[in-house]
Amino acid sequence: MAGFPILSLMLAVPLVAAFICLVVDAKTARTVALAATLADLALGVVLWCQFDIGGAQWQFQESKPLFAGFSWKLGIDGIALLLIELSVFLMPICILASQSIEKRVGEYMAAFLIMEALMIGVFAAQDLFLFYIFFEAGLIPMYLIIGVWGGVDRIYASYKFFLYTLLGSVLMLIAMIWMANDAGTTDIPTLMAYDFPVDAQKWLWLAFFASFAVKMPMWPVHTWLPDAHVQAPTAGSVILAGVLLKMGGYGFIRFSLPMFPQASADFAWLIYWLSMIAVVVTSLIALVQHDMKKLIAYSSVAHMAIVTVGLFAFNTQGLEGTMLVMLSHGLVAGALFLCVGVIYDRLHTREIDRYGGLSINMPKYALFFMLFTMASVGLPATSGFVGEFLSLAGIYQQSSLVAFVAGTGVILGAGYMLYLYRRICFGDQKNADAAAMPDLNLREWAMLAPIAAAVLWMGVYPESFLAPMRADIQALEARLASAKPAGDAQLTAGQPAMKTEAHSEGAH
Amino acid sequence: MDWAQSLRIAAPEELLSVAGIILLVASAWGQTRRDARAVTWLSVLTLAVAAIMTAPALWSGVSGADALAFSGLFSGDAFAAFAKLLIYAAAGASLLVAPAFFEKQNAYRPEYPVLVLFAVLGMSMMVSATNLLTLYVGLELNSLAAYVLAAFHKPDQRSAEAGLKYFVLGALASGILLFGMSLTYGFTGTINFAGIATALAGGAISKGALFGLTFVLAGLAFKISAVPFHMWTPDVYEGAPTPVTTLFASAPKVAALALTMRVTLEAFGPQAAAWQQIVVFAALASIVIGALGAIGQGNIKRLLAYSSINNVGFVLIGLAAGTPQGASAMLFYLTVYVAMTIGGFVAVLMLKDAEGNQIESIADMAGLSRTRPLLAAGLAVIMFSLAGIPPMLGFWGKFMVFQAAVQAGMITLAALGIAASVIGAFYYLKVVKVMYFDEPAGKATGRSDMLHEWLLATCTLFISPLGYLITKCLTALTVVAAGVLFPGA
Repeated sequence: MAGFPILSLMLAVPLVAAFICLVVDAKTARTVALAATLADLALGVVLWCQFDIGGAQWQFQESKPLFAGFSWKLGIDGIALLLIELSVFLMPICILASQSIEKRVGEYMAAFLIMEALMIGVFAAQDLFLFYIFFEAGLIPMYLIIGVWGGVDRIYASYKFFLYTLLGSVLMLIAMIWMANDAGTTDIPTLMAYDFPVDAQKWLWLAFFASFAVKMPMWPVHTWLPDAHVQAPTAGSVILAGVLLKMGGYGFIRFSLPMFPQASADFAWLIYWLSMIAVVVTSLIALVQHDMKKLIAYSSVAHMAIVTVGLFAFNTQGLEGTMLVMLSHGLVAGALFLCVGVIYDRLHTREIDRYGGLSINMPKYALFFMLFTMASVGLPATSGFVGEFLSLAGIYQQSSLVAFVAGTGVILGAGYMLYLYRRICFGDQKNADAAAMPDLNLREWAMLAPIAAAVLWMGVYPESFLAPMRADIQALEARLASAKPAGDAQLTAGQPAMKTEAHSEGAH
Repeated sequence: MDWAQSLRIAAPEELLSVAGIILLVASAWGQTRRDARAVTWLSVLTLAVAAIMTAPALWSGVSGADALAFSGLFSGDAFAAFAKLLIYAAAGASLLVAPAFFEKQNAYRPEYPVLVLFAVLGMSMMVSATNLLTLYVGLELNSLAAYVLAAFHKPDQRSAEAGLKYFVLGALASGILLFGMSLTYGFTGTINFAGIATALAGGAISKGALFGLTFVLAGLAFKISAVPFHMWTPDVYEGAPTPVTTLFASAPKVAALALTMRVTLEAFGPQAAAWQQIVVFAALASIVIGALGAIGQGNIKRLLAYSSINNVGFVLIGLAAGTPQGASAMLFYLTVYVAMTIGGFVAVLMLKDAEGNQIESIADMAGLSRTRPLLAAGLAVIMFSLAGIPPMLGFWGKFMVFQAAVQAGMITLAALGIAASVIGAFYYLKVVKVMYFDEPAGKATGRSDMLHEWLLATCTLFISPLGYLITKCLTALTVVAAGVLFPGA
C-alpha cells in the first residue's frame, strides 16, 4: 500500500463526480453522487484496514511541492482517520436523504460532493496553509446549500453562517502566518512539536480560539448554528452537525493543544466557564423549543460543550472521551436530523405539536428514533455513554466543579430528549394527518440502519474506535504534561489511573 | 552616451508610438465598421508584439545601470517589464471586448483603439520612469487619452459627465502632484529618483521634503483611487462605457501602483518611516470605505468600482510593509486583481436583455444561475475570489500581502486589514445571493459574443483553484521583478 496516494484519490473521486453531476440530468446526478460517495466509503474502509495501529504516528503520507508558499502534503494519524471515516460514512446517507430535493439536483449533488472532498481535505492536510484552504473553502458549498435549497429564512441563515465563520477564521490566518514565519515551516507535525514563545502562545491561542469556538460552536458564539440548522435541507443539517462541527474540535486537538500547551493551560478557565454556561443554558433553551430541528441544534451546542470540557482535561480519559463524543455526536445528531427529515418529508412541518402518537402508525420509525434519543441522552450500551463518561471522568480529575456542572448536562439532556420523544411518538394521535403517515420505506431503512448499527457498536465495543487513536492521544498527553495545571481533585496519587485501567479492561 | 543602447531598451515604447501614429493616420481615411475592427486587431497585435519585446527583460531579471536609458531618465528593468506585461495584457483584453459593445450603438470608431494605444504608451512610460519628469510626461499622456476615452460614447450623457468629472479631478490631482514634485526638487536639488534617494539618505527628513513627499503621494493616491482621493471612481466607472471601465479598472491601476512603488521604495526609500504612516492609513481607509461604500450599491459597475477601491487597500498593505516580500506580494496581487477585474467587467458586458441592451442593475441579475448558468458560475467565482475566500486565487493574493505585513512585524495592520475584509465579503455575497438564491427576473437572457465567453472562461480558470498550479512560476517572477527595487537586498 505504501506510496499509493489513497488520500489524494479519496479527494479526487468526489471532485470528479461533482463535475459530472453538473452536466448530467437529475436522475443520473443522483446515481453518480451515490456511486461516488459509496466509492469513497469503500476507499475509507480500505484506509481503515490498511491503517497500522501502533505503527508510525503519521501514515499514508504524500508530499508534492506543487505550489509556492505551501505544498500538497497529506497524511493521517488515528484521530484524523476516525474523523475521515465519519465523513465518508455519513455522505452516502446524506445523498440518500436528499430524495426530496427536486430543484437543481445536479448542482445540489455537486455541492455535496465538493463538500465531502473538502472535509476529507481538512482532516488529511499536513500543511498549515493547505489546511486553512480546505477549512475555509467549505464555506462556499455550505453557503450555497443553505441559500439555494434551504427553508423560508434561508438567506438570513446563509449570510449569518458565512460571515460568522469567516470572521472567526481570518484572525487564525494571521496567527498561522506568524507561526510559519517564526518556526520556518508549514509542516503541521513539525509545528506540533515546536515550542512557541510563551508570550506569543497566548495571542496565537486566542486567534485559533476565535476560529474554532465559532466552528464548534461554543456559547456565546453559537447563535449561527440554530439558524443554519433549521434552514438547511435535511442532508445539509446532517453534514453540519455530523462533520462540520467536528472541525472545531479537531482544530483544538490538532492545533491549540499541542502547539500552544502553555496557553491552553492558562486559558483552561475560560473554556471551563464557557462550557459550563453552554451546557446549562443551551440545554434549558432546548427544553422550550417548538421546532424539532432547533431543539436538536441546541442539544448539539450542549454536547459540544462536553467535548471542550474533555479536551481541556489534559489527560487521556478526557481526550479519548472527547474524540468519542465527537464521533458519537456525529452519528447521533446526524441520525436525529434524518429522523426529523423522515417525518418532515411526510408532513412538511417541523412543529412538534403537529405530531403525536407516531409509535402507533410508525412503529419502526419510533424504534429507531428511540434508539437515537437514548444515544443522545447517553444511555449505557450506546455510543453516547462511553464518550460522555470518559470526558466527565477526565475532567473530574481536573476540576470537580466543572465535572459537576457538565454532568447536569446529561440529566438535562435526558429531560429535553425524552420530552421531545414523548410529544412526537407517544400520547394520542391528535392530528389526523400525522396519524395517516406511512412507516419507513426501504430507502429510509437503508439510511437509519447503518447508523444504528454503528451507534450500538461504538457503545458495546468502543475499543475498535479507541485503538487507532490511543498512541496519538498518549503522545498528546505527554506533550501537555509539562503545562498541565494542578487539578483540584485531592485524590491519592495513582488511584485514578488504576480506576481508569480497570474500566477500559472491563470494556473489552 | 550610447543611443543605440537606449533605443533598444525603450523599444516597446517606440513600437507603440510608431504604431499609434500610423494607425491614427490610417483611421483618418477609414471610418467604416470594418476599418474600425481592423484597427482594433492591429492594435491588439501591436500590444502582443510589444509584450514579446518586453518579456526578455523580465526573464533575464535586468536591473540597475544595465537597464537605464537616456541618461537615467528611463529604465527598462525587470520591474518595469513585469508591470508592462500586465498592462499590455489588460489593455489587449479591454480592446477585444470593445467593438461588440460600441457597434450595438453604432458608435465604434477607429480612434478608440488608437487612443488606447496612446494611453498604454503613457502607462508604459510611467512604470519605466526613474525621473520625476518622465513620470509626469507618462502620467499625462495616459490621462489625456483616458479623459477622451471616458467621454467616448458621445450620445450618452453619463459618458460625457464621466469624462468631464475625470478631467477636472484628474487635472487637480496632476496639479497636486506637480506641486509635490517641485517641492521635492527644491529640497533635494534633483529630479532623478536615485538622486532624491541619495539626498534624503541619512538624518531626518526636512519639513519641505516631507511636504513634497506628501503632495506627491496625494497625487498618486488619486490615480490609484485610494481613500481619501477615491470619490471620482464610482462615478467615472459607472458613467464611462463598460469597455473603457474595464481598461480604467485594470491597466492604469497597475501602472499607477507600480509607479507609486517605484517612487516610495526607490526615490523616498531612505525615509520609509515618513511615508509608511500615510500608506498604512490609505490602506486601511480604502479597505473599510471601499467595503462599506459597496454595500448599498444597486449598479454592478459602481459595486465593482468600490471593490477596486477596496482591493487597492489590500495592495497598499504590501507597500506599507516596505520590504522585498511586500513588493513581490503586491505584484502578485496585481496580477490576480487584473484577472478578476477583467473577468468581472467582461461578465458585466455579457449581461444583456433579449434585445441585446446592456444590463447594469444588480436586481436584474436575479436568478441568473438558471437563465445563464455558466455566466453566473463565472461571476460567482470572481466574487468569491474578490472576497478572498479560498480556494480561489484571490485568497492567495491577499495571503501574500498579509504574509509580507506579518513578516515586517506589522501584525496589528494585518489583523485589522483582514478583519475588515469580512465586511467586503458581505457585498460580494450579495451578488452571489441575487444570482443563485433569488427567483429569476427573466431579464438577462440575451446571448453574448463568443470572444467575451472565451475571455471570461480564461480569467475564471486563472483565478479558480487551478491557478494555484502556476503560483510557483508567478511568484518566482514577482520576486525577480520586486528585487529590482531593492538593489541592496
